[in-house]
Amino acid sequence: MSRMTTEQAIHQALAEEMQRDERVLLVGEGVATKRGDLVRNFGTARVRNTPLAEAIIAGTAVGAAASGLRPVIDLLFAPFLTYAMDALVNSAGKLRYLSGGQFEFPLVAMSMTGSGWCVGAQHNHNLEAMFAHAPGLKVVMPSTVADFKGLLKAAIRDDNPVLFFTDLALLHQEGEVPDVADHLVPLGQAAVRRVGADVTLVSYAKTVGVCLQAAEQLQAQGIAAEVIDLRTLKPLDEATVLRSLRKTGRLVAVTEASGLCGMAAELAALAVTRAFDALRAPVVRLTGPDAPGASSWVLEQAALPTAEAVVEAVQGMLGDAVVVREALATT
Amino acid sequence: MSAVGMTDALRRLEVMLLIRAYEEKLVEFQRGGAPGTCTSVGQEACAVGVVGALESRDRILTNHRSAGHLIARGADPGRLMAEVLGRVDGYCGGRSGSLHISAKELGVVLTSTIVGGELSMAPGVALAQKMGQGEPGGITAVFFGDGAACEGIFHEALNLAVQWQLPLLFVCENNDWQAFVHRRETMPDNAIADWAAGHGLPVVTVDGNDVEAVHAAAREAVAAIRADGRPHFLELVTYRLRGHFEPDDQAYVDADELARWQARDPLQGIADRLLAQGTLDAAGLAQLRDRVAARIEAAAHFAQASAWPDPRTLTHHVYVEQGARP
Ligand SMILES: Cc1ncc(C[n+]2csc(CCOP(=O)(O)OP(=O)(O)O)c2C)c(N)n1
Ligand SMILES: [Mg+2]
Repeated sequence: MSRMTTEQAIHQALAEEMQRDERVLLVGEGVATKRGDLVRNFGTARVRNTPLAEAIIAGTAVGAAASGLRPVIDLLFAPFLTYAMDALVNSAGKLRYLSGGQFEFPLVAMSMTGSGWCVGAQHNHNLEAMFAHAPGLKVVMPSTVADFKGLLKAAIRDDNPVLFFTDLALLHQEGEVPDVADHLVPLGQAAVRRVGADVTLVSYAKTVGVCLQAAEQLQAQGIAAEVIDLRTLKPLDEATVLRSLRKTGRLVAVTEASGLCGMAAELAALAVTRAFDALRAPVVRLTGPDAPGASSWVLEQAALPTAEAVVEAVQGMLGDAVVVREALATT
Repeated sequence: MSAVGMTDALRRLEVMLLIRAYEEKLVEFQRGGAPGTCTSVGQEACAVGVVGALESRDRILTNHRSAGHLIARGADPGRLMAEVLGRVDGYCGGRSGSLHISAKELGVVLTSTIVGGELSMAPGVALAQKMGQGEPGGITAVFFGDGAACEGIFHEALNLAVQWQLPLLFVCENNDWQAFVHRRETMPDNAIADWAAGHGLPVVTVDGNDVEAVHAAAREAVAAIRADGRPHFLELVTYRLRGHFEPDDQAYVDADELARWQARDPLQGIADRLLAQGTLDAAGLAQLRDRVAARIEAAAHFAQASAWPDPRTLTHHVYVEQGARP
C-alpha cells in the first residue's frame, strides 16, 4: 500500500493510463499548466491546454472518441458542464444508439464539485443525477483515495462515455492505495464499507463519511448500521443494495445533491419496487435542499446532511425495536 | 486640497486607490482564512474609466473579477466585504460571496461567474431598455475578459446585438490570462478586435492601464450608442498583476512579462501624470491614500461585525412567492 492524496491518485491514474495506451489524451483549460510532468512524458500533442470553451472541448472529445482516440477532458467545476452538455448528452450519449451501434465514445469527462469552499452555486452544484438521467452515459463519483485511482483507470478503459465527479472536499484527503501494477476498480460495483444488520445507509462521495460517522455513533447505542458506498451511480449496483436491504429491512439514502429526482429517490424506488416485502420501515431520504449552493459558510453547512441527522433518522425508524432491545438487555 | 476642489481626474485616482486598497484587504482576509477572491489588481483603470462614463440610468453586467466595477459604481466597500465574508449585510445577504455580486440598486445586474454568462444575458438587458423598460435612453455595459471571448456565446451575443441594434457597450478587459492559461495559447494576437469587427460593430482598442485614455474612449462610445442605438466594442489592453484566485503563487507566470506590467501599474501612471502636471503634490497624494485607508479600515470593521445569515433562511429567495407582490 502507498499513502497518497486523492489528487495524487487521480494524477497517477492519468499517468499510468497515458503510459499504457497512446490513444489516451488529456484536454482542458490549464491541464498542461497543472500537469507539467505529463507534458514532459507524453508531449504537448497528448496533453493540451485549450481555449476557454467547454462546448468545443467536449464536442472535440466526442468526435475524437468516435474516431479512434480516448480523450479525458477536465471541465474543472461541475456547473461548467452545462456548456458541455450538448456534446455529452446529445452526441456522446445518443449517437451510438441513433447510428444503430456504429460508433463508440470512449471518453471521460472529469469535474469537481461539492460544498465546503464558500464559492457558491456556480462552482458548487452536485448535478451528477442529471447525467445519470441521460441515456448512454455512465456516472462515477468515488469516495476513497484508492477508488479515485482505480475507478478513473477503469473509466478511461471503458468504451462508453463516463462522467467522473470529484468532491472537492475529498481532494486533499489521504488514503492507502494498493501497490499492484494495475489497480482497477470495475464500474458498476458498490462497496460495503461497514457491515451491520439493523439498517442500511447508502451514499456516495463525501457523504459516505457522514454515514460512517453515524454508524459509529449508532454502534454506541447498540444499533448495527451497514454502510454502502455506491461508487458508480450508473450503472447502479442494485444487487448489493438489495442484498443488504433483505437483511436489514431499513434504508436511509443520503446525498449532498438535492432530493427531487435524485439518486436517493432512485434508491427509494429500488427498495419499494424490488424489496417491498423485506421493508420494516418507510425509506428515509436525507438530501440537500432544493436551493442553489450559497457561499456563506453557515448556509453552506446548513444545506449538508449531517451524521446527527442520519442517527436521528435511524433512531426514528428503529424506535420500537430499540426499546425492545433495551428492555431485553435489562432483564 | 479639499473634496470640493477635486478635479475629475483626481476623483478617478481616488477611486482607483480605493479599489486597490479594498482588494489588498481581501487578500489579507484570505490569508486569515476567509474565502479567496479574484482580484482586479492592475485593471483598476478599466473599471474607473468606463464606469465613470456611464449614467445612473445605465446598466452594468460583470463577472468574477467585479470589485472594480462595483466600487467605481459607488458600491459601499463595507457591504462588499460583508458579502465576501458571507455575512448578512452583504449586497446579496451572503449568498453570493465574492464571485456573483449583483447590486440592483446600483444598476449592477446579473453578475455571473460562469465565464460568458454575462455575455449571454447582456443583449436581453439592452433589449428591455430599447423596449422602454427602465429610464429612457439608458444603455447597457457588459464587462468580460479575453477568456470569455473564446466561448461561443461571445459571438452569439455580438451577432444578436448587431442584428437587433441593441444599445450595448461590450467591454473586453484583455489581461492576457485566462485563469492558468496565457492568451497566446488560445487565440491569434489581435483576435479579439478582429473578431468583434467581423461582426460589423465599431471597435476601439485602448491602453487599459491609462485611465484617461479609457475614459475618453468610453465617453465617445457611450455617446455614440445613445445617438445611434447600436452596439459598440471596447477592447482594453491590460494585465492581471495578481494571481487568478487568491491564493495563487503565479509560478506559471513569466517573471519578465509580469515585471514589465508591474512597471506600468495604472495607479502609478495616473499619479505620476497628475504630479507632473502639478494637479497633485506629494502631500495631496498622501492625503488621498490616508482617506482611502481609513475608509477601508472602517469597511473591514463593519464587515467583520456583521452577523452570519440565519440558517433557517437557507431556502429563502429560491422562488418568487406568487401573490406576494401587489
Ligand atoms: C464556463 C466557465 N469555465 C471556466 C470557468 C473557470 N474560470 C473562472 S475565471 C476563468 C478565466 C477567465 O478568463 P477571462 O475571461 O480572460 O477573465 P479574467 O479572469 O482574466 O478576468 C476561468 C477559466 C468558469 N468560471 N466558467
Ligand atoms: Mg483574462
